[in-house]
Amino acid sequence: MSVEANTPVTKLFEPHFWKDSNRKLEYYLDKMDGYKMAKKVLTEMTPDQVIDEVKKANLRGRGGAGFPMGMKWSFIPKVDKPKYLVINADESEPGTCKDRQIIRYTPHALIEGIIIGSHAIGCKHSYIYIRGEYAREAKLLQEAIDEAYAKGYLGQNILGTQNTLDITIHRGAGAYICGEETGLLNSLEGKRGEPRVKPPFPAVSGAFACPTAVNNVESVATVPFVMRMGGDNFAKLGKIDKSGGTRLISLSGHVNKPGVYEIGAGSMTLRQIIEDLGGGVWKGRKLKAVVPGGSSAPVLSADEIDVVYDVEPLQKVGTMMGSAAIMVCDDTTDMVKLLLRVTKFYAHESCGQCTPCREGCQWMESILHRIVHHPHDGKAKPSDIDMLTDIAGNIGGKTLCALGDAAAGPVISFIKKFRPEFEAYVRGDVKERVRHA
Amino acid sequence: MATTGKVLSEKFYTAMKKLEPRYPNKKALILPALHEAQKEHGWLSKETLEDVANYIGVHPAQIREVASFYTMYNLKPVGKMHLKICTNVACCLRGADELMEYAEKKLAIKCGETTPDGRFTLSEEECLGACTTAPAMMANDDYIENLDINSLSDFIEKNKGGQA
Repeated sequence: MSVEANTPVTKLFEPHFWKDSNRKLEYYLDKMDGYKMAKKVLTEMTPDQVIDEVKKANLRGRGGAGFPMGMKWSFIPKVDKPKYLVINADESEPGTCKDRQIIRYTPHALIEGIIIGSHAIGCKHSYIYIRGEYAREAKLLQEAIDEAYAKGYLGQNILGTQNTLDITIHRGAGAYICGEETGLLNSLEGKRGEPRVKPPFPAVSGAFACPTAVNNVESVATVPFVMRMGGDNFAKLGKIDKSGGTRLISLSGHVNKPGVYEIGAGSMTLRQIIEDLGGGVWKGRKLKAVVPGGSSAPVLSADEIDVVYDVEPLQKVGTMMGSAAIMVCDDTTDMVKLLLRVTKFYAHESCGQCTPCREGCQWMESILHRIVHHPHDGKAKPSDIDMLTDIAGNIGGKTLCALGDAAAGPVISFIKKFRPEFEAYVRGDVKERVRHA
Repeated sequence: MATTGKVLSEKFYTAMKKLEPRYPNKKALILPALHEAQKEHGWLSKETLEDVANYIGVHPAQIREVASFYTMYNLKPVGKMHLKICTNVACCLRGADELMEYAEKKLAIKCGETTPDGRFTLSEEECLGACTTAPAMMANDDYIENLDINSLSDFIEKNKGGQA
């Protein structure tokens, strides 16, 4: 896929995907006007001007919370302490694999974004926290960073200015919770990745007790485009209030064409994404359910997908956009088994600090386990279903970080929307094990 | 002057020396140090953890506390080829459970075990971040995506003999 010279730009990243040579510096310089904006920002713009431009762009965090990025940067106090820009490349929300595409094919957009962001908040050393499993991606990213150092875009007196900026890749080692920003910071400091009590927020006391902005890969890699186009034009790529630019969507599960797709923010409904981009449900089957924003997002049933795919519209229907990871389930999917799988994940990944999450996730997993694996011997009881909802209700909102809510949301929504399937299990009325899930 | 520990080689200390200036304190080097140490023997023995603790300058319990939090640090020996099959939602929707069953049968071990010849360890993995190319697995540091029974079988066959 290539963008014709005269067509208006609607996709920032996708046209550059899938070709290994695109990750090289020459490609970024020649084809993407690389590092011109970094130079301009460093020589002509004040930090506040950069932040204003990003605010105008309506650039929301792409990691899950959707927090306005310019605002986040503006929280960094102008104190005489080191400040850190930490890039969250943990990409741990099940269903999400968009940041991997950026790292593989447009790593220099990320590096240029880091240069611009570092100028905005006064950072001289940025860390990229990348999940441990992305060992190959960490290597590719390091190669890109080395290219940037060799050209003088990183290091001392970068781009011919007085500025200093180093970038260090810090590899995680397998823990979902390190995608949570304060868990990530603890992991960066050499600790267990347990989330911190907030406040203080990272903007005040983050990495190494210094002011820190933690931003997702896609968010930061988008910043050079914001500066190139100007905040106002960038905002117009989004077709909905409050969300500017484009969104990378990871579409997986039972669709004909799973993949990472880029759309203007709010420019399509969930149905259009599944049908037009994903080629519809696979094997000619019907749709049963959609998990619209990573496995933490409450599930939608097949009749709920005519919703604009963006932050607020999804909130209105009781779910969330999260990291824009859509998982599609066809009509053969066993929702009870699928919920067991989702819950097992959160039970495994709970860091164990907060009792409701540590205990509750384990209980939910073991109850679901007996429902799925003992439907005929009386171990599972009809009251188990309400007990699950009750436990979930006692986790959500009662924990330090969002993992508790992430574990509770699926349980509550699966049971609410697919209750007859749960009832069939506890009645011992499960005819045939469905293959998938 | 090269320093070596009880079990960690000079290579470890050289690699760490290079990383030291990139962090404001030494404790932040714990994760990189554990990664580097694991490269030497494929897992982290008690002695290895002690060497890391000595290098960082903390009690070994502190290193174990950190290492045991993360799934990628192997606190017991693993086979030459560590297969980690993702069974999370996106992979599960596209048949990861059947792949796991197949791998267990083919290798004649249960998930979590190592073959008697020490060649394969089989693990279940949480989401690998390869959801649009599911099902996926890791074989040591490499991803193998769009897996099916045939490609999994071929992969195991190919890595059975010779060098792993």
